Amino acid sequence: MSLNCFHCGEPVPNGSDYTIRLHEESHPACCRGCQAVAQTIIDSGNADYYRLRTDLPRTAEVALDELRQLKLYDLPEVQESFVQREEGGADGEVREASLILEGIVCAACVWLNERHLQRLPGVLSAEINFSTRRARVRWNNRVIQLSSILQAVREIGYHAHPFDTSRQEELFRKERNTAIRRLAIAGLGSMQVMMYAVPIYLADDGTMTDDIHALMRFASLILTLPVVFYSAVPFFQGAWRDLKLKRAGMDTPVALGIALAFAASVYATLTGGGEVYYDSVTMFVFFLLAGRFLEMSARKKSAEAAESLVKLIPAAALRLPAWPDRSQEETVAAVRLSPGDHVLVGPGESFPADGCVVEGDSSVDESLLTGESRPVGKHPGIAVIGGTLNLASPLVVRVDRIGSDTVLSGIVRLLDRALAEKPRLALAADRVAGWFVVGLLLIASAVAAIWYVVDPSRAFWITVSVLVVSCPCALGLAAPTALTTALGRLTRSGLLATRGHALETLARATDFVFDKTGTLTTGEFRLREIQVLRGSEAEALALVAALEQGATHPIASALREAATDAPPRVARPLRYLPGQGVEGVIDGRLYRVGTPAFISVAGETPLSAGLTVVGLADEQGAIAWFGLGDELRPHARDLVDELRALGVRLHLFSGDRPENLRALAARLGIEDARGGMLPEDKLAAVKTMQATGAIVAMTGDGVNDAPVLAQAQVSIAIDQGAEAAQAAADMVLLSSELMRLSEGVRVARRTQRIIRQNLAWSLAYNISAVPAAAMGYVTPWMAGLGMSLSSLLVVLNALRLAGPRRTAAAPDPVPPLRPAPARTS
Amino acid sequence: MNILYLLIPISLVFVGFIAWIFLWAVKTGQFEDMEGPAHRILMDDDMEPPRREPPEAKPPAQS
Repeated sequence: MSLNCFHCGEPVPNGSDYTIRLHEESHPACCRGCQAVAQTIIDSGNADYYRLRTDLPRTAEVALDELRQLKLYDLPEVQESFVQREEGGADGEVREASLILEGIVCAACVWLNERHLQRLPGVLSAEINFSTRRARVRWNNRVIQLSSILQAVREIGYHAHPFDTSRQEELFRKERNTAIRRLAIAGLGSMQVMMYAVPIYLADDGTMTDDIHALMRFASLILTLPVVFYSAVPFFQGAWRDLKLKRAGMDTPVALGIALAFAASVYATLTGGGEVYYDSVTMFVFFLLAGRFLEMSARKKSAEAAESLVKLIPAAALRLPAWPDRSQEETVAAVRLSPGDHVLVGPGESFPADGCVVEGDSSVDESLLTGESRPVGKHPGIAVIGGTLNLASPLVVRVDRIGSDTVLSGIVRLLDRALAEKPRLALAADRVAGWFVVGLLLIASAVAAIWYVVDPSRAFWITVSVLVVSCPCALGLAAPTALTTALGRLTRSGLLATRGHALETLARATDFVFDKTGTLTTGEFRLREIQVLRGSEAEALALVAALEQGATHPIASALREAATDAPPRVARPLRYLPGQGVEGVIDGRLYRVGTPAFISVAGETPLSAGLTVVGLADEQGAIAWFGLGDELRPHARDLVDELRALGVRLHLFSGDRPENLRALAARLGIEDARGGMLPEDKLAAVKTMQATGAIVAMTGDGVNDAPVLAQAQVSIAIDQGAEAAQAAADMVLLSSELMRLSEGVRVARRTQRIIRQNLAWSLAYNISAVPAAAMGYVTPWMAGLGMSLSSLLVVLNALRLAGPRRTAAAPDPVPPLRPAPARTS
Repeated sequence: MNILYLLIPISLVFVGFIAWIFLWAVKTGQFEDMEGPAHRILMDDDMEPPRREPPEAKPPAQS
C-alpha cells in the first residue's frame, strides 16, 4: 500500500522522503514543492486549511528563476495596463491591481489566499471573489512591491496572474449593475405600490373617504414614477428601436401597455375618478426585468469558462532588438510587441504571442490548446502559441501574431460566437413573435374602434387590457431563457458548447460514435511488457526514447517515460509517419519504431493480446517489442449503458488493431466496433450513416479527428482538464467525467421539451386571454397580473433546467490531478 | 384617519432612503460575489489568527 502526499494527494514515489510537520506529527509529501508549500502554509498559521478544504490542490511545482520573472511585474510600463494608482494615499503611493488566481479548487483555497496575503505588511486589503477567482489587492508601494505579493502567492502553491480588465469586462460589469439597480427599483416600487393598493381593493364599499383614497393614489403615483421612467427604460428603448427599423418586436406591446396604463392611471388620479393600475404596471415591469436579468446572468456564466484563458498571456516579454545579436535585451510590455520582433522565452515562462522558433531546442506545455499535458518538442521552424508554457530551455521566438490575432483570442471568439448564434428554434420563435405583435396591435385597434361605437366609456380600458394581457414575452423569454440556463448548467458540469446549435442537435442525435484512444480510454499508455530480441533492455529503451523525442502521440510519451533512466541519445534526422511510426538515424545507423507493419516484420507478435504493440528495428531486423496498454476511463461502461437507455445507437471507431478492440468492445457492450480505421475511413463511415438519415454525434480528440468532427452533425471534443475550445468541435468536455455526456443528452432533450411546453402554454394563454379581454371580461389589473404570472411561469419553467446548485465556485470543474512533474531532462 | 396624511409621506421618505442604500450597495460592488459570503461564515470561528511576519526574501527551494 503506497502512501499519499499529505498536500496534494498524489502517491509518494518510492525513495522520496519529504515530510511535513503539523502539530507534532509527521506526514509524507511527494516532492520538494509540496513540502515547501505545505510547510509555508502551516508555519504562517493557516494550518486550518487542511481541515477546511473539500478538494485536493495540484501538485506544487518548483520552478527556477521565478523571482527574476516576477520582478518584471514591478516595471512601470508593465504595470500600466493593470495597476491603478490611488491619488493622495496616506503615506506613500497606494496601488490597486486585479489578479487571477490559478489553482483554486475549493472555498478553503480562497480563504487561505486571503489570509496569507492580508498578513503581508504593506498589503492594505486583499479580497477574492469566490465566483470568479479574481483577487483585488491594494498595497502601499513603498512598503511592498507587487512582485513580492505574487511571490507570496506562489509560496503557498498557487499562481497569480495580473489581470487586465478589458473594456468588455468593464462594460459587462456596468451593464449588470445597471440591471440590478433597475430591478431593485422596480421591485421596491411594486411592493410599496401593492401596500397601498390592497387597502383600496379591500375598502371599496365606502369605508374609505375620498380624500384618503386620493392620498393613496398620489403615493402610488410617486412610487411608480421611478419605475416607469428609470426601470422600464429598456423596454421603451427597445420599442423605439423596433419602430425605427419598422419591425415589430416584443418590446413594442410591453412599452405601449406600460405607457398607456400609466398615462390612464395618472389621468384618473388627477381627475379623481376611474381606475388606477399602478400595481399592474410596476409588477410586470419587475417580472420582465427579473426574467431578462436571469437570462443575462446565465449567459455570462457560460462564457466565463474561457475568458480566463486569454488573460494568461504574460504582461512582460524580453525583447532582443538587435537580433541576431543577442547581447542587447530589453524588457517590454507584451502589448508593445509587433510582428517581426524577436523575444527570448526562458524555461518556466509563457510565450507572450504567437510566433515561430528561430533558435533553441525545448519542449512546451500546450495543454491549454491540445489537452495534452505532455511536453511538445520545439525546434527552429516550429510554431509556438501565445500563452503556452516553455519548459526545458530558452527559446528565441520571432513574433508572428499578437493581441487579438492570436490563437487564444480566436478560441474566446469561438465561444462568444456560440452564445450569439441562436438555434433554429429560437430564431423561429423570434419570427413568430414578430407576427404575433403585429396581429396584436391590429386586434387592439379593432377592439378600440368597436368599443368606441358600442360603449365609449369602456373602450380605453378594454384596449389597455388587451395590450397588456397578451404575453409575447413568453415567446421571447421562453426559448432564450431555457437555452441559456441549460448551457450554463452544462458548462458548470464541464460540458462547454461552442456553437449555438449544439444543444439542439445533441437532443436529436440518433447515433453516437466514439473514438477509442483518449476518448473512451485515458490516453495514458503505460509500458506493460518488453521483449528484447537483441541487446539489452536499457539500450532498446534508450534508442526508442531518442526516436520518440518530440512526438506527441501518447504512445511516444509512454515510451519516453519508461526510458527516463536510460542515457540520452540523439536521433537526427527524424521522419514521422502518422499512424505508423518514426524513423531516424542514431550514431549512423537507421532505426525504425512503430507498428509491426511499419518495421517490416510480419507474423504474430509475441506479446499478450489486448496490448498495443510497437516494435523497434534496425536494418537487420527487429530488436525489441514493446507492449503498451491504456486504461478505460471510469464510467465508460455506465456511459454506454445510459446512452443506450436513451435510445441512441453506439459505434466505436478506432485506429487501433481490431484484435485489441474486440475485448474492449465486449467489456463496454458496443456491437459496432471497427478497428484499423484511418481518419479517411472514419469520415466515410460517418457519411454512410448520415446518408440513411442518422444524426451523428461524434466524440474524439480534436487534433487527429478534425475532418470527421466537422462532418458529424454535432461533435464533442474530450479534453483532459484543460480549459480550451477546439475549433472543429461543437462541444468540449472539459473534465474527463464521461457521464457528463449522457447528462448532456438528457439536458438537451429536456430543454427541447421545456421550450415546447413554454410555447404551448404561451399559445393557450394568449388564445384564451386576448378574446376574454376584448370582450370586456378582463380589467387591466387582472390583465397585468395575468401577464406577469404568465411570464413568471415561463421563466420558472425554463429555470427547471438549472439542475442542482453547486456549492463550490462555478464554472470550472475540478481539474484532475496532474501527474508529478517529470524530472527535467 | 388623518394621521395617514403624515404617515404616508413618511413612508415615502423611507422608501427613498432604502432605495438610496441599495444603490450605494450596488455602487460599492456588494453584488459582485453572490456565493462568497456563504462560505466565509463557515470558516472564521475558533481559528488561530495568522501571524504577522515580514516576508523573507528567500527563493522557494534550494536546488
